[in-house]
Amino acid sequence: MSDINISALAVGEALPERSHTATNVSLFLYNAIIWNPHRIHYDETYTTQVEKHPGVVIDGPLQGDWLNQVVLNWMGDNGTLTSFNYSNRRASYLGETLTSGGAITAIDKQAGTVDLEIFIKNEKGDVITPGTAQVRYS
Amino acid sequence: MSELISAEAKSWIGRSGEPQRVEINRTDIIKYSIATEQRQAKYLQGDEAPPMFMFGALRPLVPMSELGPDGISVDKFLPELPLKRVMAGGTEMKFHRTIHPGDVLRATRSLSDIIEKQGSTGPLIFVVYDLRVETEAGELVMEERQTRILR
Repeated sequence: MSDINISALAVGEALPERSHTATNVSLFLYNAIIWNPHRIHYDETYTTQVEKHPGVVIDGPLQGDWLNQVVLNWMGDNGTLTSFNYSNRRASYLGETLTSGGAITAIDKQAGTVDLEIFIKNEKGDVITPGTAQVRYS
Repeated sequence: MSELISAEAKSWIGRSGEPQRVEINRTDIIKYSIATEQRQAKYLQGDEAPPMFMFGALRPLVPMSELGPDGISVDKFLPELPLKRVMAGGTEMKFHRTIHPGDVLRATRSLSDIIEKQGSTGPLIFVVYDLRVETEAGELVMEERQTRILR
């Protein structure tokens, strides 16, 4: 990465989008490292028959991390992530491809801060995990 | 108001759980970074933990006998409330310092509020938790406010 010049940024500017397609393997590894044994993330029969989901559930906090990475991978080496908020509004299931992205909502050159609105969208284009973040430049 | 939240449940507001001590190690950071498809070398090599890493590092470690048939352990840090279906609300995080291998951190969770609200489909109860993560020396590392919605 390189540095970001805050003077060159503009409100409304979009952050790079990225697509994420979870697999059985990636969900297994994620739930293993976060030590989450909830069966809805790896046991399809249980998930559909007992908890009545249409498929294996993609973890909300995993989407939170993908959302977080929209900021981390954009903000440059001179940026510091100071705050990050998100909420999982709608569930997402194995087989779906999700798209992450965002845009600049405010710039305070005096304080050296940039406010961002970030999102995870499903294939229909609905925002299922919205969020906000602030990056500080010194 | 507050017909759903008993005086006993209200008395939980302000309570803190036992502080949890966590040793940060490089291998766990690398595993987390692979599983979340991080792109930066400092995360993939385990030199620094991605900001969301603590979510996994603080999950409960309980014996197998305490896991239900769904795989989940019962959260003991929740008072008896009449609504049972839990939905994730929002998560707000503030970062004060990055996390690195070798750090020894102390995390404390408090139950900050229990609020009754009227939703479009019926009553809702919002349970608000505050998490504070510090170094052993008391330096603030991160703060997180998590809201759970019961319906």
